[in-house]
Amino acid sequence: MSGLDAFLFSFLNARVAAEYWPKIVDGLGVTIVLALLVILAGLALGLGLAVLRALGIRPLNWAIIFLVDVFRALPPLVLIVLIYFGLPAAGLSFSGFGATWLALTLVLMAFAEEIFWAGICAVPKGQWEAGRALGLRFLPTLGRIVLPQAIRIAVPPLTNRTIAITKGTALGSVVAVAEILGAAQSGMAFSGNPTPLTLGAIAYILLFLPVVVAGRWVETRFRWKR
Amino acid sequence: MFVESFLTTEIALAALPILWMGLVQTILLALLCVPLGIGAGLAAALLSGRPERAIRWPLIGLIDIFRAVPPLVLLIFLYAGLPFAGLDLGAWGAVALAFLLNTGAYYAEIFRAGIESVGRGQAEAARALGLRRWQVSLFVVLPQAVRNVLPDLVSNTLEVVKLTSLASVVALPELLFQARQAQSITFNATPILVAALFYFILLWPCVRLLSRLENRQIAGRR
Repeated sequence: MSGLDAFLFSFLNARVAAEYWPKIVDGLGVTIVLALLVILAGLALGLGLAVLRALGIRPLNWAIIFLVDVFRALPPLVLIVLIYFGLPAAGLSFSGFGATWLALTLVLMAFAEEIFWAGICAVPKGQWEAGRALGLRFLPTLGRIVLPQAIRIAVPPLTNRTIAITKGTALGSVVAVAEILGAAQSGMAFSGNPTPLTLGAIAYILLFLPVVVAGRWVETRFRWKR
Repeated sequence: MFVESFLTTEIALAALPILWMGLVQTILLALLCVPLGIGAGLAAALLSGRPERAIRWPLIGLIDIFRAVPPLVLLIFLYAGLPFAGLDLGAWGAVALAFLLNTGAYYAEIFRAGIESVGRGQAEAARALGLRRWQVSLFVVLPQAVRNVLPDLVSNTLEVVKLTSLASVVALPELLFQARQAQSITFNATPILVAALFYFILLWPCVRLLSRLENRQIAGRR
Protein backbone atom coordinates (compact mmCIF):
# COMPACT_ATOMS: atom_id res chain seq x y z
CA MET A 1 0.00 0.00 0.00
CA SER A 2 1.28 3.44 -0.84
CA GLY A 3 1.35 6.14 1.82
CA LEU A 4 -1.83 7.79 0.62
CA ASP A 5 -3.70 4.48 0.40
CA ALA A 6 -2.66 3.63 3.93
CA PHE A 7 -3.80 7.05 5.10
CA LEU A 8 -7.19 6.71 3.40
CA PHE A 9 -7.55 3.15 4.73
CA SER A 10 -7.18 4.54 8.23
CA PHE A 11 -9.00 7.85 8.10
CA LEU A 12 -11.58 7.52 5.31
CA ASN A 13 -12.24 3.83 5.08
CA ALA A 14 -15.34 3.31 2.92
CA ARG A 15 -16.34 0.04 4.59
CA VAL A 16 -16.09 1.45 8.12
CA ALA A 17 -17.78 4.68 7.04
CA ALA A 18 -20.70 2.78 5.50
CA GLU A 19 -21.14 0.85 8.72
CA TYR A 20 -20.94 3.74 11.16
CA TRP A 21 -22.36 6.79 9.46
CA PRO A 22 -25.94 6.09 10.66
CA LYS A 23 -24.60 6.18 14.26
CA ILE A 24 -22.94 9.52 13.58
CA VAL A 25 -26.20 10.87 12.13
CA ASP A 26 -28.02 9.74 15.29
CA GLY A 27 -25.32 11.53 17.28
CA LEU A 28 -25.86 14.63 15.17
CA GLY A 29 -29.53 14.56 16.17
CA VAL A 30 -28.63 14.29 19.87
CA THR A 31 -26.14 17.17 19.52
CA ILE A 32 -28.73 19.41 17.84
CA VAL A 33 -31.47 18.66 20.42
CA LEU A 34 -29.04 19.17 23.32
CA ALA A 35 -27.73 22.41 21.80
CA LEU A 36 -31.22 23.84 21.24
CA LEU A 37 -32.32 22.97 24.79
CA VAL A 38 -29.18 24.63 26.20
CA ILE A 39 -29.65 27.77 24.09
CA LEU A 40 -33.35 28.12 25.01
CA ALA A 41 -32.92 27.61 28.76
CA GLY A 42 -29.60 29.45 29.04
CA LEU A 43 -30.71 32.61 27.22
CA ALA A 44 -34.07 32.69 29.02
CA LEU A 45 -32.44 32.33 32.45
CA GLY A 46 -29.75 34.88 31.57
CA LEU A 47 -32.34 37.43 30.47
CA GLY A 48 -34.40 36.72 33.58
CA LEU A 49 -31.41 37.34 35.87
CA ALA A 50 -30.52 40.56 34.02
CA VAL A 51 -34.09 41.83 34.47
CA LEU A 52 -33.97 40.91 38.18
CA ARG A 53 -30.69 42.81 38.45
CA ALA A 54 -32.31 45.85 36.83
CA LEU A 55 -34.72 46.03 39.80
CA GLY A 56 -31.75 47.33 41.78
CA ILE A 57 -32.20 45.38 45.01
CA ARG A 58 -28.72 45.39 46.55
CA PRO A 59 -28.48 42.00 48.31
CA LEU A 60 -30.18 40.34 45.34
CA ASN A 61 -27.69 41.93 42.96
CA TRP A 62 -24.74 40.69 45.00
CA ALA A 63 -26.19 37.19 44.91
CA ILE A 64 -26.66 37.40 41.13
CA ILE A 65 -23.13 38.72 40.59
CA PHE A 66 -21.67 35.95 42.72
CA LEU A 67 -23.72 33.28 40.93
CA VAL A 68 -22.60 34.60 37.55
CA ASP A 69 -18.96 34.75 38.70
CA VAL A 70 -19.07 31.13 39.85
CA PHE A 71 -20.31 29.83 36.51
CA ARG A 72 -17.90 32.02 34.58
CA ALA A 73 -14.94 30.80 36.62
CA LEU A 74 -15.62 27.05 36.59
CA PRO A 75 -14.68 25.03 33.49
CA PRO A 76 -17.81 23.46 31.91
CA LEU A 77 -16.24 20.00 32.01
CA VAL A 78 -15.68 20.32 35.78
CA LEU A 79 -19.34 21.30 36.18
CA ILE A 80 -20.53 18.34 34.12
CA VAL A 81 -18.41 15.90 36.12
CA LEU A 82 -19.52 17.51 39.39
CA ILE A 83 -23.22 17.27 38.48
CA TYR A 84 -22.95 13.76 37.06
CA PHE A 85 -20.79 12.14 39.76
CA GLY A 86 -21.38 14.47 42.67
CA LEU A 87 -25.07 15.30 42.82
CA PRO A 88 -26.27 11.67 43.08
CA ALA A 89 -24.65 11.79 46.54
CA ALA A 90 -27.09 14.57 47.37
CA GLY A 91 -30.00 12.43 46.18
CA LEU A 92 -30.21 14.16 42.78
CA SER A 93 -29.44 11.79 39.94
CA PHE A 94 -28.89 13.08 36.43
CA SER A 95 -28.45 11.17 33.22
CA GLY A 96 -25.39 12.11 31.17
CA PHE A 97 -27.67 14.11 28.88
CA GLY A 98 -29.30 15.87 31.84
CA ALA A 99 -25.98 16.66 33.50
CA THR A 100 -24.51 18.08 30.29
CA TRP A 101 -27.65 20.11 29.64
CA LEU A 102 -27.72 21.53 33.17
CA ALA A 103 -24.01 22.41 33.23
CA LEU A 104 -24.01 24.14 29.84
CA THR A 105 -27.29 25.91 30.62
CA LEU A 106 -25.83 27.35 33.83
CA VAL A 107 -22.69 28.49 31.99
CA LEU A 108 -24.68 30.11 29.17
CA MET A 109 -27.00 31.68 31.77
CA ALA A 110 -24.02 33.34 33.46
CA PHE A 111 -22.50 34.71 30.25
CA ALA A 112 -25.90 35.77 28.88
CA GLU A 113 -26.72 37.63 32.10
CA GLU A 114 -23.47 39.60 31.87
CA ILE A 115 -24.07 40.48 28.22
CA PHE A 116 -27.76 41.41 28.66
CA TRP A 117 -26.86 43.47 31.73
CA ALA A 118 -24.12 45.26 29.78
CA GLY A 119 -26.71 45.96 27.09
CA ILE A 120 -29.18 47.36 29.61
CA CYS A 121 -26.46 49.60 31.08
CA ALA A 122 -25.51 50.82 27.61
CA VAL A 123 -29.00 52.22 26.92
CA PRO A 124 -28.80 55.95 27.71
CA LYS A 125 -30.46 57.07 30.94
CA GLY A 126 -32.64 59.50 29.01
CA GLN A 127 -34.56 56.55 27.57
CA TRP A 128 -35.56 55.45 31.07
CA GLU A 129 -36.47 58.98 32.09
CA ALA A 130 -38.52 59.58 28.95
CA GLY A 131 -40.44 56.35 29.51
CA ARG A 132 -41.20 57.25 33.11
CA ALA A 133 -42.13 60.82 32.12
CA LEU A 134 -44.69 59.40 29.68
CA GLY A 135 -46.36 57.69 32.63
CA LEU A 136 -45.09 54.15 32.03
CA ARG A 137 -44.35 52.12 35.14
CA PHE A 138 -40.96 50.56 35.77
CA LEU A 139 -41.63 47.21 34.13
CA PRO A 140 -43.26 48.53 30.94
CA THR A 141 -40.38 51.00 30.59
CA LEU A 142 -37.92 48.15 30.93
CA GLY A 143 -39.82 45.74 28.69
CA ARG A 144 -40.94 48.05 25.91
CA ILE A 145 -38.25 50.74 25.76
CA VAL A 146 -34.99 49.61 27.32
CA LEU A 147 -34.87 45.86 26.61
CA PRO A 148 -35.51 46.07 22.86
CA GLN A 149 -32.51 48.40 22.57
CA ALA A 150 -30.42 46.42 25.04
CA ILE A 151 -31.01 43.15 23.21
CA ARG A 152 -29.93 44.70 19.93
CA ILE A 153 -26.69 45.77 21.57
CA ALA A 154 -26.27 42.31 23.08
CA VAL A 155 -26.74 40.35 19.85
CA PRO A 156 -23.16 40.29 18.47
CA PRO A 157 -21.29 39.28 21.64
CA LEU A 158 -24.10 36.91 22.57
CA THR A 159 -23.99 35.12 19.22
CA ASN A 160 -20.33 34.27 19.53
CA ARG A 161 -20.61 33.22 23.16
CA THR A 162 -23.63 31.05 22.43
CA ILE A 163 -21.78 29.30 19.58
CA ALA A 164 -18.76 28.66 21.81
CA ILE A 165 -20.86 27.21 24.63
CA THR A 166 -22.98 25.14 22.24
CA LYS A 167 -19.81 23.45 21.01
CA GLY A 168 -19.43 22.28 24.62
CA THR A 169 -22.07 19.63 23.85
CA ALA A 170 -19.05 17.53 22.76
CA LEU A 171 -18.09 17.39 26.45
CA GLY A 172 -21.15 15.18 26.96
CA SER A 173 -19.10 12.30 25.52
CA VAL A 174 -17.19 12.23 28.81
CA VAL A 175 -20.37 11.25 30.70
CA ALA A 176 -21.54 8.76 28.05
CA VAL A 177 -23.92 10.93 26.03
CA ALA A 178 -24.20 9.43 22.54
CA GLU A 179 -23.79 12.78 20.76
CA ILE A 180 -21.53 13.09 17.72
CA LEU A 181 -18.22 12.68 19.53
CA GLY A 182 -19.54 9.91 21.79
CA ALA A 183 -20.90 7.99 18.79
CA ALA A 184 -17.64 8.54 16.88
CA GLN A 185 -15.50 7.32 19.77
CA SER A 186 -17.50 4.16 20.32
CA GLY A 187 -17.44 3.57 16.55
CA MET A 188 -13.66 3.94 16.62
CA ALA A 189 -13.38 1.51 19.54
CA PHE A 190 -15.55 -1.13 17.84
CA SER A 191 -13.98 -0.92 14.40
CA GLY A 192 -10.37 -0.31 15.48
CA ASN A 193 -10.24 2.39 12.82
CA PRO A 194 -10.39 6.17 13.23
CA THR A 195 -12.75 6.71 10.27
CA PRO A 196 -15.79 7.31 12.56
CA LEU A 197 -13.79 10.09 14.20
CA THR A 198 -13.15 11.67 10.80
CA LEU A 199 -16.88 11.44 10.06
CA GLY A 200 -17.60 13.03 13.44
CA ALA A 201 -15.22 15.91 12.73
CA ILE A 202 -16.88 16.39 9.33
CA ALA A 203 -20.32 16.38 10.99
CA TYR A 204 -19.18 19.11 13.42
CA ILE A 205 -17.75 21.19 10.58
CA LEU A 206 -21.00 20.83 8.58
CA LEU A 207 -23.01 21.81 11.65
CA PHE A 208 -20.91 24.67 13.01
CA LEU A 209 -19.05 26.20 10.05
CA PRO A 210 -22.22 27.91 8.72
CA VAL A 211 -22.95 29.09 12.26
CA VAL A 212 -19.43 30.49 12.71
CA VAL A 213 -19.58 32.29 9.36
CA ALA A 214 -23.07 33.61 10.18
CA GLY A 215 -21.78 34.75 13.58
CA ARG A 216 -19.02 36.72 11.87
CA TRP A 217 -21.66 38.34 9.64
CA VAL A 218 -23.92 39.19 12.60
CA GLU A 219 -20.96 40.71 14.40
CA THR A 220 -20.16 43.15 11.59
CA ARG A 221 -23.82 43.78 10.78
CA PHE A 222 -24.84 44.78 14.32
CA ARG A 223 -21.54 46.31 15.38
CA TRP A 224 -21.61 49.43 17.51
CA LYS A 225 -21.25 52.52 15.40
CA ARG A 226 -18.52 54.65 16.89
CA MET B 1 -26.19 12.00 53.80
CA PHE B 2 -25.28 15.02 51.68
CA VAL B 3 -22.53 16.14 54.03
CA GLU B 4 -21.29 12.58 54.42
CA SER B 5 -20.67 11.89 50.76
CA PHE B 6 -20.05 15.35 49.42
CA LEU B 7 -18.22 17.28 52.08
CA THR B 8 -16.18 14.78 54.01
CA THR B 9 -13.34 16.61 55.71
CA GLU B 10 -11.09 13.56 56.06
CA ILE B 11 -11.40 12.71 52.39
CA ALA B 12 -10.84 16.31 51.39
CA LEU B 13 -7.67 16.41 53.49
CA ALA B 14 -6.46 13.05 52.21
CA ALA B 15 -7.02 14.10 48.59
CA LEU B 16 -5.32 17.46 49.04
CA PRO B 17 -1.76 16.38 48.07
CA ILE B 18 -3.00 14.66 44.89
CA LEU B 19 -5.12 17.66 43.98
CA TRP B 20 -2.21 19.98 44.67
CA MET B 21 -0.08 18.07 42.15
CA GLY B 22 -2.93 18.43 39.69
CA LEU B 23 -3.17 22.16 40.29
CA VAL B 24 0.55 22.54 39.55
CA GLN B 25 0.09 20.65 36.26
CA THR B 26 -2.91 22.82 35.38
CA ILE B 27 -0.87 25.97 35.93
CA LEU B 28 2.03 24.55 33.86
CA LEU B 29 -0.45 23.66 31.09
CA ALA B 30 -1.87 27.17 31.14
CA LEU B 31 1.65 28.64 31.00
CA LEU B 32 2.32 26.47 27.94
CA CYS B 33 -1.01 26.90 26.13
CA VAL B 34 -1.64 30.61 26.53
CA PRO B 35 1.66 31.71 24.89
CA LEU B 36 1.25 29.07 22.17
CA GLY B 37 -2.25 30.32 21.35
CA ILE B 38 -1.28 34.00 21.48
CA GLY B 39 1.79 33.38 19.29
CA ALA B 40 -0.15 31.39 16.68
CA GLY B 41 -3.05 33.85 16.76
CA LEU B 42 -0.83 36.89 16.37
CA ALA B 43 1.06 35.31 13.47
CA ALA B 44 -2.20 34.30 11.76
CA ALA B 45 -3.73 37.74 12.30
CA LEU B 46 -0.70 39.56 10.87
CA LEU B 47 -0.57 37.18 7.89
CA SER B 48 -4.31 37.40 7.21
CA GLY B 49 -3.96 41.19 7.08
CA ARG B 50 -1.61 40.94 4.10
CA PRO B 51 -2.95 42.09 0.75
CA GLU B 52 -2.24 38.83 -1.15
CA ARG B 53 -5.49 36.89 -1.55
CA ALA B 54 -3.60 33.59 -1.89
CA ILE B 55 -2.48 33.98 1.72
CA ARG B 56 -5.55 35.68 3.18
CA TRP B 57 -8.45 33.49 2.05
CA PRO B 58 -7.00 30.05 2.94
CA LEU B 59 -5.95 31.43 6.31
CA ILE B 60 -9.42 32.81 7.10
CA GLY B 61 -10.89 29.46 5.99
CA LEU B 62 -8.57 27.60 8.35
CA ILE B 63 -9.39 29.95 11.22
CA ASP B 64 -13.12 29.37 10.69
CA ILE B 65 -12.70 25.59 10.52
CA PHE B 66 -10.75 25.46 13.77
CA ARG B 67 -13.36 27.69 15.39
CA ALA B 68 -16.10 25.32 14.18
CA VAL B 69 -14.59 22.09 15.53
CA PRO B 70 -15.10 21.65 19.29
CA PRO B 71 -11.68 21.60 21.02
CA LEU B 72 -12.40 18.19 22.58
CA VAL B 73 -13.02 16.69 19.12
CA LEU B 74 -9.73 18.13 17.88
CA LEU B 75 -7.91 16.82 20.95
CA ILE B 76 -9.33 13.28 20.63
CA PHE B 77 -8.51 13.28 16.92
CA LEU B 78 -4.90 14.24 17.58
CA TYR B 79 -4.50 11.92 20.56
CA ALA B 80 -6.43 8.81 19.46
CA GLY B 81 -6.65 9.25 15.68
CA LEU B 82 -3.16 10.30 14.61
CA PRO B 83 -1.40 7.20 16.04
CA PHE B 84 -3.17 5.28 13.24
CA ALA B 85 -1.09 7.35 10.83
CA GLY B 86 2.02 6.39 12.76
CA LEU B 87 2.22 9.73 14.55
CA ASP B 88 2.01 9.40 18.33
CA LEU B 89 2.16 12.82 19.93
CA GLY B 90 1.56 11.69 23.51
CA ALA B 91 -0.80 13.51 25.88
CA TRP B 92 1.27 16.69 26.21
CA GLY B 93 1.97 16.90 22.47
CA ALA B 94 -1.68 16.36 21.53
CA VAL B 95 -2.88 18.94 24.07
CA ALA B 96 -0.27 21.49 22.95
CA LEU B 97 -1.12 21.07 19.25
CA ALA B 98 -4.88 21.13 19.87
CA PHE B 99 -4.55 24.36 21.84
CA LEU B 100 -2.21 25.86 19.25
CA LEU B 101 -4.84 25.27 16.54
CA ASN B 102 -8.05 25.92 18.47
CA THR B 103 -7.17 28.82 20.74
CA GLY B 104 -4.81 30.16 18.08
CA ALA B 105 -7.85 30.55 15.80
CA TYR B 106 -9.77 32.41 18.50
CA TYR B 107 -6.85 34.71 19.33
CA ALA B 108 -6.37 35.32 15.59
CA GLU B 109 -9.97 36.56 15.28
CA ILE B 110 -9.51 38.89 18.23
CA PHE B 111 -6.20 40.31 17.00
CA ARG B 112 -7.70 40.72 13.52
CA ALA B 113 -10.62 42.72 14.92
CA GLY B 114 -8.14 44.81 16.91
CA ILE B 115 -5.91 45.53 13.93
CA GLU B 116 -8.94 46.46 11.81
CA SER B 117 -10.09 48.86 14.52
CA VAL B 118 -6.92 50.96 14.15
CA GLY B 119 -7.41 53.67 11.55
CA ARG B 120 -5.50 53.34 8.27
CA GLY B 121 -4.11 56.83 8.80
CA GLN B 122 -2.00 55.52 11.69
CA ALA B 123 -0.10 53.09 9.48
CA GLU B 124 0.17 55.59 6.64
CA ALA B 125 1.50 58.30 8.92
CA ALA B 126 4.07 55.90 10.39
CA ARG B 127 5.17 54.86 6.87
CA ALA B 128 5.43 58.52 5.89
CA LEU B 129 7.70 59.10 8.87
CA GLY B 130 10.05 56.48 7.44
CA LEU B 131 9.30 53.46 9.65
CA ARG B 132 9.66 50.06 8.03
CA ARG B 133 6.64 47.77 7.62
CA TRP B 134 7.51 45.55 10.59
CA GLN B 135 8.15 48.61 12.70
CA VAL B 136 4.75 50.03 11.75
CA SER B 137 3.05 46.78 12.79
CA LEU B 138 5.02 46.32 15.97
CA PHE B 139 5.27 49.87 17.34
CA VAL B 140 2.24 51.69 15.90
CA VAL B 141 -0.61 49.36 14.97
CA LEU B 142 -0.30 46.48 17.47
CA PRO B 143 -0.17 48.51 20.69
CA GLN B 144 -3.37 50.33 19.75
CA ALA B 145 -4.98 47.10 18.51
CA VAL B 146 -4.23 45.31 21.77
CA ARG B 147 -5.61 48.21 23.79
CA ASN B 148 -8.84 48.18 21.77
CA VAL B 149 -9.51 44.47 22.27
CA LEU B 150 -8.01 44.00 25.74
CA PRO B 151 -11.25 42.73 27.35
CA ASP B 152 -11.64 40.12 24.60
CA LEU B 153 -8.01 39.05 25.04
CA VAL B 154 -8.42 38.63 28.79
CA SER B 155 -11.73 36.82 28.29
CA ASN B 156 -10.20 34.38 25.80
CA THR B 157 -7.23 33.76 28.08
CA LEU B 158 -9.66 32.88 30.88
CA GLU B 159 -11.39 30.46 28.51
CA VAL B 160 -8.04 28.87 27.62
CA VAL B 161 -7.18 28.26 31.27
CA LYS B 162 -10.63 26.71 31.80
CA LEU B 163 -10.15 24.62 28.68
CA THR B 164 -7.03 22.97 30.11
CA SER B 165 -9.49 20.75 32.03
CA LEU B 166 -10.06 18.92 28.72
CA ALA B 167 -6.58 17.45 29.10
CA SER B 168 -8.06 15.16 31.77
CA VAL B 169 -9.75 13.24 28.95
CA VAL B 170 -6.37 12.19 27.52
CA ALA B 171 -5.08 11.19 30.96
CA LEU B 172 -2.82 14.17 31.49
CA PRO B 173 -2.66 14.43 35.30
CA GLU B 174 -4.01 17.96 35.69
CA LEU B 175 -6.47 19.11 38.37
CA LEU B 176 -9.68 17.53 37.05
CA PHE B 177 -7.94 14.25 36.20
CA GLN B 178 -6.44 14.02 39.68
CA ALA B 179 -9.81 14.80 41.23
CA ARG B 180 -11.47 11.99 39.28
CA GLN B 181 -8.69 9.60 40.28
CA ALA B 182 -9.20 10.52 43.92
CA GLN B 183 -12.96 10.15 43.48
CA SER B 184 -12.68 6.67 41.98
CA ILE B 185 -10.37 5.55 44.80
CA THR B 186 -12.55 6.92 47.59
CA PHE B 187 -15.99 6.38 45.96
CA ASN B 188 -16.76 9.89 47.10
CA ALA B 189 -17.35 13.08 45.15
CA THR B 190 -15.65 15.38 47.66
CA PRO B 191 -12.36 15.61 45.68
CA ILE B 192 -14.24 16.94 42.62
CA LEU B 193 -15.89 19.58 44.77
CA VAL B 194 -12.49 20.57 46.19
CA ALA B 195 -11.05 20.73 42.66
CA ALA B 196 -13.92 23.00 41.62
CA LEU B 197 -13.06 25.18 44.60
CA PHE B 198 -9.42 25.34 43.43
CA TYR B 199 -10.53 26.41 39.96
CA PHE B 200 -12.77 29.06 41.47
CA ILE B 201 -10.04 30.46 43.73
CA LEU B 202 -7.60 30.48 40.81
CA LEU B 203 -9.92 32.13 38.30
CA TRP B 204 -12.25 34.36 40.32
CA PRO B 205 -9.83 37.33 40.36
CA CYS B 206 -9.60 37.02 36.58
CA VAL B 207 -13.42 37.05 36.26
CA ARG B 208 -13.68 40.15 38.47
CA LEU B 209 -10.97 41.96 36.49
CA LEU B 210 -12.77 41.06 33.28
CA SER B 211 -16.09 42.36 34.58
CA ARG B 212 -14.47 45.71 35.35
CA LEU B 213 -12.72 45.90 31.98
CA GLU B 214 -15.97 45.11 30.14
CA ASN B 215 -17.93 47.69 32.12
CA ARG B 216 -15.30 50.31 31.40
CA GLN B 217 -15.43 49.47 27.70
CA ILE B 218 -19.21 49.92 27.65
CA ALA B 219 -18.99 53.15 29.62
CA GLY B 220 -16.40 54.44 27.12
CA ARG B 221 -18.70 53.72 24.21
CA ARG B 222 -21.62 55.62 25.61
